Amino acid sequence: MVEVQNVTKRYGGRAVVDAVTVNIPRGKITSLIGPNGAGKSTLLSMISRLVPKDEGEIRIDGRELTSVKNNELAKKLSILKQSNHLQIRLKVRELVSFGRFPYSRGRLTKEDWLHVDRAIEYMELEDLQDRFLDQLSGGQRQRAFIAMVLAQNTDYILLDEPLNNLDMKHSVQIMKTLRKMVDDLGKTIVLVLHDINFASCYSDYIIAMKGGKVLREGPTCDIIRPDVLRDLFDMDIRIKQVDDHRLSIYYV
Amino acid sequence: MGDRTKLAILAVIAAGCAALFMLTHLSGNLDYIIPRRAAKLAAIVLTGVTIAFSTVVFQTITNNRILTPSIIGLDALYLFINTAIVFLLGSQTLVFMDDHVRFLLSAGLMVLFSVLLYRLLFRREEKNIFFVLLVGVIMGTLFRSATSFMQLLIDPNEFLVIQDRMFASFNNINTDLLWVSLLTVAGVFVYFLRFADYLDVLALGRDHAVNLGVDYDRVVSRLFVIVAALVSIATALVGPITFLGLIVANVAYQLLSTYRHRLVIAAAALIAVAMLVGGQWAVERLFTFSTTISVIINFFGGIYFIYLLLRESKSW
Repeated sequence: MVEVQNVTKRYGGRAVVDAVTVNIPRGKITSLIGPNGAGKSTLLSMISRLVPKDEGEIRIDGRELTSVKNNELAKKLSILKQSNHLQIRLKVRELVSFGRFPYSRGRLTKEDWLHVDRAIEYMELEDLQDRFLDQLSGGQRQRAFIAMVLAQNTDYILLDEPLNNLDMKHSVQIMKTLRKMVDDLGKTIVLVLHDINFASCYSDYIIAMKGGKVLREGPTCDIIRPDVLRDLFDMDIRIKQVDDHRLSIYYV
Repeated sequence: MGDRTKLAILAVIAAGCAALFMLTHLSGNLDYIIPRRAAKLAAIVLTGVTIAFSTVVFQTITNNRILTPSIIGLDALYLFINTAIVFLLGSQTLVFMDDHVRFLLSAGLMVLFSVLLYRLLFRREEKNIFFVLLVGVIMGTLFRSATSFMQLLIDPNEFLVIQDRMFASFNNINTDLLWVSLLTVAGVFVYFLRFADYLDVLALGRDHAVNLGVDYDRVVSRLFVIVAALVSIATALVGPITFLGLIVANVAYQLLSTYRHRLVIAAAALIAVAMLVGGQWAVERLFTFSTTISVIINFFGGIYFIYLLLRESKSW
């Protein structure tokens, strides 16, 4: 479990994340939703220590982040940010092998390569593994980065807008894979999502943020409701039930 | 062609240049010529390897392929120190100054400057290497302006002495200093080895490096100091020459189809040695000392830099 307690981040005196307290359950997909500037990405970055927090405590499986060695944490928790532009030219397989760095400091053992192969297979990248990243489409590239995170073999996986710039087909494909990773491999996944319908269809738990604070949190069915969404986005959103899913209609 | 084959070919070319330099135009007293040439060759190799190595590392920690360590103003500081000595104490002092004193003074001040620059800036809460670079650029401009101001005021004859220092030269290498430099560079390199594994991951950028468990701020700051120390030593030994690094690092990246720093650094170092030794041979035998090697390098380096800029702007 990830416990976030009274965590604050200020930029130039303004609190972007303001005394937030949330618990992220294990073995589930948790989505962070909310309008732009709500502090979702910043919160995710603080949990993954990309951005230092100003106040508060973040505990992962009971241990405060700052007391865990960087290398140890990298075996427990991984993060993927939304922009993944690389300066160097890499092949897919090389990129995925970087995921084993916390274990082998760049000198990969047989076991490391086994993990790399399994990650590539899981993300269905076998045919592309010897291609350069810049020769791939956006969706394929995103899958390659997720494969790297998978090779890192951490219990917790944080993804900042993994569907950014992806078309419908690839978005669904990525979300299905994430769902599979949670159901089959027992991972805990935390996502920042902009499309609340993806959040509604694929996540178990939702944290709704607004203005640096947590507005509501709870199981998906408690959050995807017209009253909660109106408070969150300041607009009227109709909810329609389609099969087992609740879909929000916010286009008109 | 595999990367290792290419490295082997580069090694052969570099060795060929070295042989050309050592063994052509041998006439007269060999006991005098050979040790002199060997010392010169050693200085060239040391400089080439140091500059190639520090440029590749610097480009990795800044995540930028068109930067060289000269951006933090070390070259400018070197000229400033030399000009200030002439300005305050007269050209006689600079000419007759003990080489050791001059070397230690220049190298020491440059290292001190980089460490201070870094320490002061990295105390800020938002640590950012680009802020350090920006301040370095401004300090470099300050040193350059102060230098040209002093150069305007001094006697033209005195200026000639400074002008000699403005370009890298291997023609008067002090053998003692060569040993001192060799040992210090070796020491710095041993210290570097504990960070060597991180280079490949750092090239992925800060976020990925942190995700993969690298203590980013610590590693980058150590590497920064290592680069500054190496550049300072090389500059104090032969003069400003960091431009060379830009060429060799980029040629190495273009030549090899790998991201592995082990190979890239080796290739860059070999290219640097081949270029410097070959260039020095040309200066001595073809131009009979009528030009200096940095003029040649800056000429070709400038052309290559413009080409790089044009290509980068096209790819956006």
